[in-house]
Amino acid sequence: MSSINYAEKIPNNVNLSEDRKLQRALESWQPHYIDWWKEMGPEGTSTSEVYLRTAISAEPDGWAQFGHVKMEDYRWGIFLAPPEKDRKVNFGAHKGEDAWQEVPGEYRAMLRRLITVQGDTEPASVEQQRLLGKCCPSLYDLRNLFQVNVEEGRHLWAMVYLLHAHFGKDGREEAEEMLQRRSGDEDKPRILGAFNEKTADWLAFFMFTFITDRDGKYQLCALAESGFDPLSRSCRFMLTEEAHHMFVGESGVGRIIERACQVMKENRTDDVRKFGVIDLPTIQRYLNFHYSVTSDLYGAEVSTNAATSYNMGLKGRFEETKIGDDHQLENTTYSVLHPVNGGFQAIEVPALNALNERLRLDWAEDVAKGVERWNKIIAKYGIDFRLTLPHLAFNRAIGHFSDIAVDPSGKVISTEEFARRRDEWLPSQSDLAYVQSLMGGAVTQPGKFANWIAPPARGINNQAVDFDYVRFA
Amino acid sequence: MELKRQHLIDPVVCIRCNTCEETCPQDAITHDRNNYVVMAEKCNFCRACVSPCPTGAIDNWLLVSRPWSIDDQFGWEELPVGESGPGEAEAAPLPPEEVSDLLAAATQTTGPMVPPPASAAKPYTNLYSRETPVTARVAGNMRITGDGTESDIHHVVLDFQHNAFPFLEGQSIGIVPPGTDAKGRAYNIRLYSIASPREGERTGFNNLALTVKRVPGGVGSNYVCDLKKGDEVQVAGPFGQAFLMPDDPQANIIMICTGTGAAPFRGFTERRRRNAQDATGKLMLFFGARTPEELPYFGPLMKLPKSLIDVNLAFSRVPDRPKQYVQDKLRERADELAALLGSDKTHVFICGLKGMEQGCDEAFADICRLHGLDWAGLRPRMREEGRYHVETY
Repeated sequence: MSSINYAEKIPNNVNLSEDRKLQRALESWQPHYIDWWKEMGPEGTSTSEVYLRTAISAEPDGWAQFGHVKMEDYRWGIFLAPPEKDRKVNFGAHKGEDAWQEVPGEYRAMLRRLITVQGDTEPASVEQQRLLGKCCPSLYDLRNLFQVNVEEGRHLWAMVYLLHAHFGKDGREEAEEMLQRRSGDEDKPRILGAFNEKTADWLAFFMFTFITDRDGKYQLCALAESGFDPLSRSCRFMLTEEAHHMFVGESGVGRIIERACQVMKENRTDDVRKFGVIDLPTIQRYLNFHYSVTSDLYGAEVSTNAATSYNMGLKGRFEETKIGDDHQLENTTYSVLHPVNGGFQAIEVPALNALNERLRLDWAEDVAKGVERWNKIIAKYGIDFRLTLPHLAFNRAIGHFSDIAVDPSGKVISTEEFARRRDEWLPSQSDLAYVQSLMGGAVTQPGKFANWIAPPARGINNQAVDFDYVRFA
Repeated sequence: MELKRQHLIDPVVCIRCNTCEETCPQDAITHDRNNYVVMAEKCNFCRACVSPCPTGAIDNWLLVSRPWSIDDQFGWEELPVGESGPGEAEAAPLPPEEVSDLLAAATQTTGPMVPPPASAAKPYTNLYSRETPVTARVAGNMRITGDGTESDIHHVVLDFQHNAFPFLEGQSIGIVPPGTDAKGRAYNIRLYSIASPREGERTGFNNLALTVKRVPGGVGSNYVCDLKKGDEVQVAGPFGQAFLMPDDPQANIIMICTGTGAAPFRGFTERRRRNAQDATGKLMLFFGARTPEELPYFGPLMKLPKSLIDVNLAFSRVPDRPKQYVQDKLRERADELAALLGSDKTHVFICGLKGMEQGCDEAFADICRLHGLDWAGLRPRMREEGRYHVETY
C-alpha cells in the first residue's frame, strides 16, 4: 500500500522526512505557494467548504476520499504512482537499460525544460479560471471547478518536487519563477500561448478542460513513458486527475448542448438566444477556437527537439510500450501533411522528427470521439446539426500552417478572405458578449441550475444532484 | 430465476479516458471505438477500477439472469436500466412455508400484516431457496466476545462473488446445515439476521456479515460458527419485507436489542454513518448483555461519534454493580424517549430474545404515562404506520 503520510507538513509518499535538505527546501517554497494561491486562486473562497476528492494513497483503492474541506486546507503534496518493478527505458538510444532514478548529467538541461514547461501550465490554468466562481451555473459545477483548481495546484507540486529533488539550485529557481509568472501578464506571461488566454465564461472553461486539458493528458502520457522514473511515476499519478478535468469539460459542454436542444425542440426554433440559451453555431465557433489554439501547443509538425528528447529516452510516444515497432525509429518514416502549392500534401519525414505531429493526431482523434458523443445528444433530439472539428491547418499560429490562411473545411484562402469571414468561424465580439451576458450571478441553491445548462446525469460520488457540494460560511 | 450481478459501465457518463482499463488487475475491461465494457467472465468485483474513475460511470452493478456480452455492450447508447439481462426473466418464487413459519414466529407480537416503514427501500425477497440456493464463500469468521466468556458469538462474512444477492438492512438469510438428522431427513432451514448495510461490509463489496451465537448442541449455530475462511455455504433468501430501515434522513430510530439481536442495528447504524452523516433524525440504541465482554461489537460501538448515535448499554452480570436490563435504560432516558415518541418521524425496532418484549412494553407504557402520552393507543398506530417492529426468537 503506497500510503500518503498526512501527518507531515507536506503530505507525501516519497519518504520526504528522510531527506532533510529537500524537506527544508520544499517547506520554504510552500508559504510562497500558499501566498500565490491566496492571490491568484479562486477569488473569494477562503471560507467556503467544498466537497473535494483527496487521495489517501496512490493505490487504486486509496484514490477517492470525499469530504467538505476549505480549499486552503486541501492537502496538497507529493504523490507518485507505485514503482514498477525492474522498469526499463523503453525507447530511444538507451532502450533496455534500467530506468533512471537520477537525472543523467548530459540530459539535465533538456529534462529541466520539459518539467518546467509542463509545471508552468498548472498554475496558469488556475489563474485563467479564478473569476469563474462568481458566475457558476450551479453548486455542482462550482465544486467541479474547485476540484479542477486544487488538482492543478497539486500538479504544480508534483513538478516542483522533481525540480527541487533532482535539479539543485537551478530547479529551486525554476520552482520560484513558476510562482512569479502570471497568465496574460505582459511582462511575465506564462510560457505557452494558450495559457495566456482569458477563460472568461463557463463555455470557455468547459471547452478548455475538454480540449486543452486533453493536450495535458497527451503530454503527461508521453512523459509517463520517460526513462527518468520519478517523472514517469509523477505523471502516471497526475493522469488520473487529468481524466477528471476532461470529464468536467465533456459533460459541461454536453449539458449546454442538451439545454440548447431542449429549447430548440420546445419552441421549434433555431433562434434560442432569445430564450437565454447558447445556440449550437456559437458552440461550434468556440470549438473551432479552442481546438486550433490547443493544436499549437504541440509545437512544429517537424521538430528536431522532439526527436532529441525521444532519443534521449526522456519523452516517449502515446502508449509507447503498446506500439509494435523497434522503439528507436532510426529507419522509420511518418507521413506528415504539408502545405504545398495552395493545397496539402502528405510527405514522408523521418519518424523521429514527426513525434509532435504524431502526438497531435492521437489527441485530435481523441477530441473527435468526444465531439461525436456531443453529436449523439443533438441527434437524440432529432435536430439536423452536427458539430465538426476544423481542419488541422485552420487558425494556426505555430508550425508550417501558420503562414497560410485556411477555412475550417481545409480550403486554402487568402488572408483577406480569412479576415473578412473570421467571425463566421471563430467567436466574435458579439458572441463573447452574449455568452458573457448569461454569466450573471452565481447559482448557489442546491439542485438549481442556470437556465443555459442542463443538470448532470448523476451527482458526484453517488450523491444526489441537489447535494450541497459547496457550503458557504 | 437465478440472478447474477454484473459490473457495467454507463456509456452516457463515461468519457473513455482509459483509466479503468489501465487500472483493472484482471484485464477485464476493454473498449472499441464506441464504448468501454466489462467482460463478465473476467471481472471478479475487486473494485480497483471504481475509485480512480473520474466520472462515476464505472460504478454500475446490474442484476441479470444472463450476463450481457461485450458485443452487446459495445452497441449500447445507454445502460439498459431496469432490465435483467438478455435472458427471459421469470417471477420470483414465494417464500417457502418453513421460512414463512419462522418469520411469523419471530414477528408474532406485531402480527403478519405489519407494513414496512413508508420510506424504506423496496426489498428483493426469496431470490434463492433451499432447492435453488446461491453459493457464498466465507471471507472471514471471528469470535467477537471475550475469550474468557461463556458466550461465544461470531462475526461471519459471506462473499457472494459473481452472484447477485441484493438485500436491505434488517433482512435475513437462510442457511440449511449440511447433512441429515438422526432420522435421515435434511435439517430445517435457519434464519440469520444480516448485520451489514445494503452496500456490503465495504461499500460495493458483494458481501454481508452475520452475528451468530454458538448454542451448545445447536446444529445450525455450530455449523456457522465453525466455518473456515474459503468454505462454501449454500444460502437462501433474502427474506423479510417489513423489519426494514426507514430511508428518510429525518426518521428517528429507537433500536432495542439483546445479544445477537444487535445484528440488524449494526446494519442500520452503518448505513446512516456511510450515507447520511448529516441526517437530522436521531439514532438511539439500547443494548443489553451480561457483561461488556459478552456484548458483540462493544469496541466499535464505543468509537461511534455521539453525533451519529446515542448508545445506552445495560449489563446484568457485572460484579459489584446492580443488574441492569434494557428496560431500565429506557426509563433512564424517559424524557428523550417521550419527546421522540411524540413525533410521527419516530420508529421503534426491538430485536433479540423473546423475554425482552414485555419489559420494553411496560417501560414504554410508563414513560408515556409520565409524559401525557397514551401508549395503548400509540403502539397500534405506530404498528399500522410501519413504525413499530419486533423480531424476537
